[in-house]
Formats: sequence, C-alpha cells, structure tokens
Amino acid sequence: MVGIVGYGSYVPRYRIKVEEIAHQWGKDSSAVKRGLLLQEKTVPGLDEDTITISVEAAKNALKRAEIAPEEIGALYIGSESHPYAVKPSGTVVAEALGIVPNVHIADYEFACKAGTEAMFVAHGLVKADLLKYAMGIGADTSQGAPGDALEFSASAGGSAFIFGKGNIVAEIIDTFSYTTDTPDFWRREGAFYPLHGGRFTGEPAYFKHVLGAGRAILEKSGYKASDFAYAIFHMPNGKFPLTAGKKLGFRKEQMEPGWIVPLMGNTYSGSSPTGFSATLDVAKPGDLILLVSFGSGAGSDAFIFKVTERINEVRNKAITVKELLEQNRIYLDYGQYAKYRGKIIMNE
Amino acid sequence: MPSPRYWREMPQRYRLEASQCTECGKVSFPPRIVCGCGARDFKKTNVSETGTIVSYTTIRVAPDAFVIQAPYNIAIVEADNGVRITTQVVDCAPEELAIGKKVKFVFRKLYEEGHCGIINYGYKAVLV
Ligand SMILES: [Zn+2]
Repeated sequence: MVGIVGYGSYVPRYRIKVEEIAHQWGKDSSAVKRGLLLQEKTVPGLDEDTITISVEAAKNALKRAEIAPEEIGALYIGSESHPYAVKPSGTVVAEALGIVPNVHIADYEFACKAGTEAMFVAHGLVKADLLKYAMGIGADTSQGAPGDALEFSASAGGSAFIFGKGNIVAEIIDTFSYTTDTPDFWRREGAFYPLHGGRFTGEPAYFKHVLGAGRAILEKSGYKASDFAYAIFHMPNGKFPLTAGKKLGFRKEQMEPGWIVPLMGNTYSGSSPTGFSATLDVAKPGDLILLVSFGSGAGSDAFIFKVTERINEVRNKAITVKELLEQNRIYLDYGQYAKYRGKIIMNE
Repeated sequence: MPSPRYWREMPQRYRLEASQCTECGKVSFPPRIVCGCGARDFKKTNVSETGTIVSYTTIRVAPDAFVIQAPYNIAIVEADNGVRITTQVVDCAPEELAIGKKVKFVFRKLYEEGHCGIINYGYKAVLV
C-alpha cells in the first residue's frame, strides 16, 4: 500500500476582506461576494514567502508522520511564486527541516497545479521503491495585478504531504492526469503580474481539464460520485469548484470541508492540496476522497484516496486547516496590504 | 555577495542547532568549541521549539534593511531547555508583549541583501 504517511498545512495570519479591496477600486463588494463567493483572503507577512510557508507546513506534516526528517529521500515544492528565479526553494526548505544532504530536490512550476505535480512525482517514486519516503509540497504567495479581478482571490498558504509505504493515513487508489496546451493564463519572465485570457479562463481551460480528469479517473477506477465521502476541486474562486463538482455528480456536502476558498482565497499551488488537507482533518477511516487540481496552461491531476484507521491517531498531532483559517486573524486595510505585498515603489 | 558566515551558520540559523557539553550537560547556543566548565566534548542537540519572554523592546527607528518592518519587536527568549536567544517577535503588536509570555520559534525571512542579492532566512518567535 502506497499513500500519505503525514500531512500538514500553514496559512499566514494576515487577511484582507473583499470589501476593503472593492472599496479601493470603486467596485461593488456585494456583487463580487455573490459572483465569486469570496469573503476574505490570506496575505503573507512581510517576512513570509513560499519557502517559509513550505517549512512550516512540512513541520506539521512531520509531526503527523512521526518519522525522522533524514528518512525523507526526495523533496519537491510546487509553486508559481518561488522567491528566486534561479536557485531552488527546496534546498532552503530541506536544510531548515534537517533533510540534507542525502536527498533529491526539485522545484516544480505549472501555475496552480504545481503542488499536485510535486505530490504526483513523490508518490510515483515511493511506489517504484526508489525511495522510502518522499515529500510533495504545494505553496504560494500569489499576486493579482492591482484592480484586476484576481486581486480579490490571489492568496498565501500551503500544504505538505509525505508519501510512504508503511503507517499510511490515506492510501492512493488511483491517479490520472489530463493536459493540453491552452494559453488561458501566463506570466512572462520579468513581468511582475500575470495576464489572463478573460472569458477564456472558464470553459476551455478550467472546466475542460477539471471535468476531463474527473470523468477519466471515475471511469478508470470504476467508482461513482456517490461512492465518495468527499471531493476537492481547484478553487480559483468559490463558484468554479462547486459548478465542476455538480457536473460530475457531487453534492455540496461532499465538497464542503475542502471548499476553503471563501476564507482563504485562491492559494494557487496550495489551493486544492490545502482543501485536501482540510478534508483529511475531518475524514473517517474508509472514506474515499477525490482530489482534482487545475493549473493554467493547462492541466489537471486527479487522485483517489482511501482513508485508513491511522487518521484518528494523527489528526490532532498538528494544527488543523480550520484552526489556521479561523484563529488569530489580523486584518489589514488596503494601504497596509499594498505595503505587505510590495505594491509600493520604494527608493533602494 | 552572500556572506560566508551566513552559509556557515545555517545549521544554527535554520534549525536552531546547539551543542550540549558531555561533562556538565550545559546547552550552548550558538554552539561552542569550549564549554564554560572547560570541557571540549559536545553532542549535537537543538534549542527547544518553545520558550518564554525574559525581556523585550520595540525598535521604532530601524536600520535600512528593516525600515519596512518598523516598529518591530526584539526579545530575549529563554527556550525550555534553558538557552537564551535574542530574536524578533513577529505577527503581534508591541502592546501584546509581556515578560513571561510563551512563544514558539518559526522559520522566516530575516532580510534581503538588496534587490538582487540573496535572501537570508532564520528563526524568529511568535506568541503562542
Ligand atoms: Zn560543560
């Protein structure tokens, strides 16, 4: 049996409400809240980035896995906000966790799906018996251009998953990836903010790939939507995942625990992995869980997990996503937010 | 240019690695070559993940690399295994600090070496 032996998440304490962003740009906040089903989003502290978020999420995963860091043979981080253009995030994270030097490291990038790519590869290497344990992390401190619709959702946080063969909390039953070349969202080297294809981002991008991967993995595995306790779909806003889930035959109650976007925003590579982490926080032994990511460019990775008895032992060994999202929030006004996100031009 | 010292000190800056004297048991941080008791034999250990604020102050006029963070808090924290560390206490207002409050150590960005230089990481503390 191959699966997850430990999982953990981290979310910064800072928040900005939809009202605050809408007010800044003269937009109607109630229309945004109704249209995108968003209330607030997480904002990284001045001293937080993809590397620090990955370290804290990984520490929580290690607490639940109850293994020594040196036993981890690979560490992969998926993000679209790696702090360096050249120099891996993974080396800093592995050094901070005490995993170096006997470890294979790579940073992944694939818009919002880089996190599940890291998980997919970590899982595959363990399954192939190349490594005893491998860690896959999805983390981001995403930026939307000021005044753009993405500014209401682009947020910060991440989750880490340790894959192994013994002591697993969730077995991997099946995986499926669905990918085409689709120019729905991009950022060129050196550009500060991403661009997107407007209406082009919905049907031919998000829905085509999420539904493509979702339908294919259901057919391949022989399961129906009603066999699952829970399902998580990538959350660019509140509405898209609910619509995609409904089209695949899932009810709102199956998606509710992992539908963290109203309070978290879209954490890009950390979005569906953190929704999955929140779902593991409430899952019971025997539960089937479907996870489908989406990354612009474009593609989706789908996973089917089956939760084991060990979930009840490890759940409380680290902070839950619900606690991270609902406790100790510090609210910023737009001016503070602009400073925190480096949107103010300073003299050197 | 990245400083050789930052690189050399990564184990203590990143993982709070300390040295424990095999003679008297005292934990030293940063790690030492010779213990206060005169012994030179150490085993590797770590500073505890949590501790208590012993003393603190708030910096309002900050050096250049930290101006954007001002005002920020600096405290002397006694870790649960007795090691005293001077550290920033983040994610809280100056008014929230008090002697005796519990903290835990977290991994954060310390400063950036200008716009194009390396990013220095290390530990800071947050209230628990
Ligand atoms: Zn001694």
